[in-house]
Amino acid sequence: MSEVPEGNPPKPASEKVPVAPAPAAAAAPAPKPGPQPWQCEMVQQLKAVYGSAIREAATFAGQNYLIADRSICRQLLATLCAEHGYDRLTDLTAVHYPKDDLPIEMVWILYSMSGNVRVRVKVRFGDGEEVPTVTDHWVGANWMEREVYDMFGVRFAGHPDMRRILLPDEWTGYPLRKDYDLQKQDTDWVRKNLGIESGQ
Amino acid sequence: MSDNQFYESFEELQLTRNDLDSKELVLNMGPQHPSTHGVLRVILKLDGEKVNGLECVIGYLHRGIEKVAESRTWAQFAPFVDRLDYTAAVANNFGYCLAVEKLLGLEIPKRAQYLRVILTELARIASHQVWLGTHVLDIGAVTPLFYAFRDRETILNVFEKYCGARLTTHSFRIGGCRWDAYEGFSREVLGICDDLGPRIHEYANLITGNRIWLQRTKNVGYISAADCLSYGITGPVLRASGVGLDLRKAQPYSSYEDFEFDIPTGANCDTFDRYMVRIEEMRQSIRIIRQAVEGLPEGPIIARVPKVIKPPVGEVYVSTEAPKGELGYFLVSDGTAQPYRMRVRPPSFINLQALEKMAKGGLVADVVAIIGTLDIVLGEVDR
Repeated sequence: MSEVPEGNPPKPASEKVPVAPAPAAAAAPAPKPGPQPWQCEMVQQLKAVYGSAIREAATFAGQNYLIADRSICRQLLATLCAEHGYDRLTDLTAVHYPKDDLPIEMVWILYSMSGNVRVRVKVRFGDGEEVPTVTDHWVGANWMEREVYDMFGVRFAGHPDMRRILLPDEWTGYPLRKDYDLQKQDTDWVRKNLGIESGQ
Repeated sequence: MSDNQFYESFEELQLTRNDLDSKELVLNMGPQHPSTHGVLRVILKLDGEKVNGLECVIGYLHRGIEKVAESRTWAQFAPFVDRLDYTAAVANNFGYCLAVEKLLGLEIPKRAQYLRVILTELARIASHQVWLGTHVLDIGAVTPLFYAFRDRETILNVFEKYCGARLTTHSFRIGGCRWDAYEGFSREVLGICDDLGPRIHEYANLITGNRIWLQRTKNVGYISAADCLSYGITGPVLRASGVGLDLRKAQPYSSYEDFEFDIPTGANCDTFDRYMVRIEEMRQSIRIIRQAVEGLPEGPIIARVPKVIKPPVGEVYVSTEAPKGELGYFLVSDGTAQPYRMRVRPPSFINLQALEKMAKGGLVADVVAIIGTLDIVLGEVDR
């Protein structure tokens, strides 16, 4: 074995030039363009069906997403799955924006096995509002939705088993909400179950 | 205790016994159990030896990683992800760095991309060796564990020489790599590749044709491709069900398109096929490492990254093919130096959900085999 065999270098040598770090360094501090409108046949079809309930279709950093109204949330996900080939639910999560009128943003990340493309569906919900479940389309959504409930307190309508998953069942509070302090904990639970004053 | 009382309780005992025969027996397994590979608790509902149902209880290792991210800077948070899948910390770090780089729009020097591929593939082999050793041990074969861990040691030595740590390596930085390949790196890694080929053959020789192994794995833990899709299962488990989806090929990142390798798939959707897929994956990783080491380009190893990283407002989802499956990071930036939200899509968490489906109707002894074949790491399940 030689240290770096001489047989193979033509490719790296030629690629060294375009990959010089200068352009990347110049691009980094420059303000990056924000989301661009996403136009394609599928978006037009969806807009034709749902009209203004599709609030926005955009592309950011080469990734497509749809922002929709909560009234069509369930139908939209079902349509994307059944008619447009987005047959796999990659992930499902939430983001909390406490200052907004509708503070809970649900995010579904779908993947199309046939098209090898992803799309993110984002829908805003109010505090305490129930989000329709997608466990009937994808069984795997079960634990993901339980985790969102555990961390954000969002309940899913029609979910077969709406319980906490990572935290203990008797825990109070929803840690990933922005109003939940980093050091906060359920002191009563800790005292009762662990027999100590604080888990910190 | 009077005689009367004794008989009463004895009769009661008889009664309960008869009840037991006809009733479901609920058995608790874990959280401290050698073959749950961490702190997984499984509540089994048994009818004799048959599993009527089971429920996973998780969260014993929950550390609130996603909450922690919101109070750290983008760079400060990077070492935390090593603590998710600690058998392949390099792969976690890799995914996180790629995600932040995507948000920043950085272009990574080719040499750093190749170095990352080499180390990640080494981590994949090391992770599969842990899986192999423990999985086979669970089923009753003790020897392969020592073989697998002996060979894993050589890989951990490379990590140690490269960055000073063996398991939680924090080997990459946002923008590239912190360290260049040390002197003799290529020689050492190629040496490992030369050694590992025959050694993987050795593992396979020990296990593949063994009658006990075949009986314990063939047709055990069946899960169809359609169910995999519905459960969101990724990685070797999906590929053993006949779906050749590998993000390294499907959506190449970090120069994976430069390398030639195959995606092994199975057809029988059982524990044995998952074993074969992972064994073959180790061989394919060696192929990738060889190509990457031999073609390792010269040049810088890190892009120019600002001291304080403040990505533009926006969100990205970036996923990589980790040893356990699709490891994704969903990052939300509000333009400040700290993530607004950081979500990990953990392959172990999502794959573990299918345990119930796979174990139901089978024998209680097979539950252990199925937990092993899913190759979960509780650090990642609980985060």
